[in-house]
Amino acid sequence: MAADGTADVRPYVPSARRLERERFQRARTRRATAVAAASTLVTAVALFLVVVESPGWPRTRETFFNAHYAREALPHILDGLWLNIRLLVVCGAAVLLLGLLIAVARTLRGPVFFPLRALATAYTDFFRGLPLIICLLMVVFGVPALRLQGVTNDPVLLGGTALVLTYSAYVAEVFRAGIESVHAGQRAAARSLGLGSGQTLRYVVLPQAVRRVVPPLLNDLVSLQKDTGLVSIAGAVDAVYAAQITASKSFNYTPYVVAGLIFVALTIPMTRFTDAVTARMDRRRAQGGIV
Amino acid sequence: MSESGGQGPVLRLEAVRKTFGRTVVLRDVDLEVAPHTVTALIGASGSGKSTLLRCANLLEEIDDGAIFLDGEEITDPRADPDAVRRRIGVVFQAYNLFPHMTVLQNITLAPRRVHGVGRAEAEERARELLERLGLSGKAGEYPDRLSGGQQQRVAIVRALACRPRLLLLDEITAALDPELVGEVLDVVRGLKDEGMTMILATHEMGFARDVADQVCFLDGGVVLERGTPAEVFGEPRQERTRRFLRRLVQAGRL
Repeated sequence: MAADGTADVRPYVPSARRLERERFQRARTRRATAVAAASTLVTAVALFLVVVESPGWPRTRETFFNAHYAREALPHILDGLWLNIRLLVVCGAAVLLLGLLIAVARTLRGPVFFPLRALATAYTDFFRGLPLIICLLMVVFGVPALRLQGVTNDPVLLGGTALVLTYSAYVAEVFRAGIESVHAGQRAAARSLGLGSGQTLRYVVLPQAVRRVVPPLLNDLVSLQKDTGLVSIAGAVDAVYAAQITASKSFNYTPYVVAGLIFVALTIPMTRFTDAVTARMDRRRAQGGIV
Repeated sequence: MSESGGQGPVLRLEAVRKTFGRTVVLRDVDLEVAPHTVTALIGASGSGKSTLLRCANLLEEIDDGAIFLDGEEITDPRADPDAVRRRIGVVFQAYNLFPHMTVLQNITLAPRRVHGVGRAEAEERARELLERLGLSGKAGEYPDRLSGGQQQRVAIVRALACRPRLLLLDEITAALDPELVGEVLDVVRGLKDEGMTMILATHEMGFARDVADQVCFLDGGVVLERGTPAEVFGEPRQERTRRFLRRLVQAGRL
């Protein structure tokens, strides 16, 4: 937007008013930071004193935060964790795919698709209501008992299957909520361009729907990550089971704390990463403004 | 420009500068809006009309300069933006009605939740305004079931329901087809007769000439020309204004 001829082309010099305003804002930021730091410090000290001065603290520290047992258990837990991570990646991908397919099946219109729609609905109703632990027990112990030819006895595979069965029902509902939240006008616009119902779904509805449901999807993935620990009931040695083995030898519960903290530490970067990605996408699309 | 009763201007912009990244959208913009007058902002798309309105409502933060509402600086970082916005009504180009609320709920939301007006009183005023704008049957409808012109009139009622000191209209007819433009512009004309102070960004030159007390031609973020409609449309001083108006005449819009 260069001014040509008519307007002047003096270089811009911030006015005194702007400088004063910026000074004020900087001062306010400094004050806010100082207040936050002071109040954080006070809170931290108070919490520390409350914990350390409480009567059961020495025993609690010994039972849950014992450095010796933590060191001893850590390598085993990390070995086991590798199984959890593999389960998460494979099951997570399967859950997202299956969940999306089920959600799409539920939105199909037309009488031909009635059985598919009904099946998808029944599937989500059933597996969302069925307690995960019952699903796991039936798949992990019940399926091998059938002694079917060609069906695996591997507890990890069976446990993973049970997780996928349950979680794809949850995730399907999340996707469906996203699909239904897209304004009808979007579908109308796409169809009026001549896009078929499948193309409308693929190019217009799903991209908007998926973006909206990223936070709840992540919720389910984090939950799945924790529940990969349940395959230990079938005897697979994952991080939880490894912690349990060490704990039961020593009657000290530090290994559980270590395993728990590792799970927590895994989920946090994932959450921050998705937050950052969605925030960047939003910034690129939205009009500016400060409200 | 008409003066009214010796009062100061309702809105005053002083050397306002606004940039988006490295693009300067408004540069050294001065503007005064006297009470009970209508100011029309004209100019090509991207000339900064909408940004100026968004700055006045504090939806955008300005980089330099100052904006005063009734003599009080609202761009001061110490000012409360919500208190400022309570005194200014805005109507957007795309209506921006809340689709999950009925017309009546859209209109009574702010009076009830922000201004603490009782439900009965808020609804009574809403129905009164709806009737005046020819929408009395639509109170219970949802926005998506109304025509564009009706939606835009509801949006105007929503802005009026808070009895604003100043009304900002951001290309409110740009999304409407010609038959519906008339019904919305009639509403604006009626508001002018009642003495409402308004700033409108518009492409409707005929209307701007009719209704405005002051016309500002924006170009490249600068107010290139300002004056009464007769001055700006009749005898523009700047070559760029003349070119802009000539293009409009060629397009049959003036």
